Amino acid sequence: MPRPASEAEYLASLLPPSVAAGVGRRGFLKGALGTGAALTMPALLAACGGDDEGGGGGGGGGGKPTGTVTFGSNEAGGDVPQQRRDALVAAYEKSSGLKVKVNAVDHNTFQENINNYLQGNPDDVFAWFAGFRMQFFAERGLIGDVSDLWPIDGMGDAFKKASTGADGKQYFVPDSNYPWVVLYRKSLWDERGYTAPTTYDEMITLAKQMQSDGLNPFAFADKQGWPAMGTFDILNMRLNGYDFHVNLMAGEEAWDSAEVKTVFETWRELLPYHQENALGRDWEEAAQGVVNNESGMYYLGLFMFEQFPEDEREDVDFFNFPEIDSAIGADAIDAPIDGYCMSADPENEDGAKDFLSYLGSPDAAAAANEAGFPLIWANSNADVSGLQPIQQKAAEFIAEQTSIAQFLDRDTRPDFASTVMIPALQQFIKNPDDVDGLTSSIEEQKKSIFV
Amino acid sequence: MTTSAPPVVPAPDAPKRTAKRPTQIGRLSRSDRISVFLMVAVPTAFVVWLVVLPGILSVVLSFTRWEGIGGIDTIEWIGTENYKNIFTIYPPFDPAIQHNLIWLVVQFLIPTPLGIFLAVLLDKELRGSRFYQSAFFYTVILSLALVGFMWQLIYSPDQGLLNEITGGSTDWYGDPDVNLWAVLVATCWKQTGYVMLLYLAGLKAVDPSLREAAKVDGASEAQTFFRVVFPVMRPINIIVLVIIFIESLRAFDIVWVVNKGRNGLELISTLVTSNIIGEASRIGFGSALATIMLAISSIFVAIYLRITMHEERNR
Repeated sequence: MPRPASEAEYLASLLPPSVAAGVGRRGFLKGALGTGAALTMPALLAACGGDDEGGGGGGGGGGKPTGTVTFGSNEAGGDVPQQRRDALVAAYEKSSGLKVKVNAVDHNTFQENINNYLQGNPDDVFAWFAGFRMQFFAERGLIGDVSDLWPIDGMGDAFKKASTGADGKQYFVPDSNYPWVVLYRKSLWDERGYTAPTTYDEMITLAKQMQSDGLNPFAFADKQGWPAMGTFDILNMRLNGYDFHVNLMAGEEAWDSAEVKTVFETWRELLPYHQENALGRDWEEAAQGVVNNESGMYYLGLFMFEQFPEDEREDVDFFNFPEIDSAIGADAIDAPIDGYCMSADPENEDGAKDFLSYLGSPDAAAAANEAGFPLIWANSNADVSGLQPIQQKAAEFIAEQTSIAQFLDRDTRPDFASTVMIPALQQFIKNPDDVDGLTSSIEEQKKSIFV
Repeated sequence: MTTSAPPVVPAPDAPKRTAKRPTQIGRLSRSDRISVFLMVAVPTAFVVWLVVLPGILSVVLSFTRWEGIGGIDTIEWIGTENYKNIFTIYPPFDPAIQHNLIWLVVQFLIPTPLGIFLAVLLDKELRGSRFYQSAFFYTVILSLALVGFMWQLIYSPDQGLLNEITGGSTDWYGDPDVNLWAVLVATCWKQTGYVMLLYLAGLKAVDPSLREAAKVDGASEAQTFFRVVFPVMRPINIIVLVIIFIESLRAFDIVWVVNKGRNGLELISTLVTSNIIGEASRIGFGSALATIMLAISSIFVAIYLRITMHEERNR
């Protein structure tokens, strides 16, 4: 009952001899069980999957993929993102006939364990981020090549670039993204007669106005360590431009340079308009300040608007962080892309790729839309009619930008971001006066990590 | 009195033990000897495999640069560079050492005397002392992580009990000037029960005839405690001392729960964790931090061993 000789030979030719031995067994199993029976025996298939990685992959094998795809998800909160995922998975299972086994871990834990996870026994498909953080693991052979899924209909060059590893192959399928912008409550601003500033000076004037109106201008929180990175990024991109951001993150520019010092000095000017005691507050609490009309605005990812009660979300609006230097402009933003990767040795490669191509499709968007608010679909063919106006506006806004950065901790080495930048930015918030000491300390540590 | 007191307790059973032991082992049958051998060998093998070997390996790794991905061939030897970097350019290290020391001193000065005091009171067999005993010990059962959450309810800047009562607005966990102390209060609250229980056990074991003798000699209550009872409890004192040293050095959970050991709550243990666990994976650098921690605790272990060995010899 082995599979047709021609195909077995074909598959074998794709594999190194050490792995090729496994193909026969898998072929045998597939033949014996038949496609229908395979569905009821996922455990058995999975059990012998260990040593035939890649066996069914490569050429795309015999037509429709079968069996079970394991899916490592980083949404476990029981909230809207998880409902979106459940809807996606259910719709895919129904349309494809495959089974998806979800292995959900909460966002932070998933991220912190990614090293062990990828080196241990990762799921066939797992949620991850585009950009450097994906390239880092792809370069080390921990993420599977999915170049044959590209180009994806409805995803432009920017997304393809963000999904591409250092070797020019694609390792990622984008799902959604969101911009970092200044969010505010429309009704409050209408009532007070505030208008969105377009220059730095206007922004300062507005902040002063808010202070005299008894409001805290900028909501601010950095207990979790990453929100302040957004502020650093946007000031850096407004003052020094997108290319400098990229080079700085890549370790090619000096952190004790005049450019970086200007960023911190500008930030120091802005700090008095930010909420105090930021280090003891998490961003959810800071967002509540905007919801309760205690803070006037909040520079954060678009996901912040989900902190508003559902019936007030139409009252949230945003504007682009204004221009500081007219020579640099204001057309670069942080808009991190979330999406999915395939593990390097998936147990069911055909299934994984099939699932991945579904995840990147407008069908997936349509299925998930029913479950609740997504951020912004990466696929431009996705149906956006059900989205909140703010999401549609954000999608158009992202499309208008010339340069899109991922985010400080997604654009640089993870060890540098978490062990150097988090303490350094918290140190700055604590003591904004010693910019020289701070920047030279970052630079020294950077040199010890970027070797 | 002080000079004659300590030998009194060990004296009666010490000779008995030394006289009995050899005969016991000599009488063992062959199969007994095999089972004794296994009972010793199996745990030893586990200790070597799970404690000694990893310990040695992390010392070895501390001289390397490794991001924790790939095989042994991706490990790069860089000599003492990690240590050099820790001592010269790693800003959280100094505060971490300081905080560990503060932690040690506070643990020594507050929960220990308080625990002794409570133990002495409970030893008086007051009415309801069993209830108090359980109540005080109850804190020990809770994990430090849970203690962190419970105190969050008290410390929370907006809805917390403390600010509600005092009308203040201090951010107890967030303000780097106060958060260490806030956390220490929570730890002391937990630790006191533990110290109390150990001393209570020690007090129960003190020969009542000693107290009677002291009473007959006309010693006051305080004199009896400090000059007779306390010196007799020397073994307990040493155990408590060692526990405090070890607990202070490996203090971790509560701080991690509060803010992952950043912003005023740096401890060596949290630095090790944030460098090794997580996406960062600076295995070599983190191992060097762990080795420093190991070296510091070894000093205390050495002192402890010296004292106990000394004691054994004196017997």
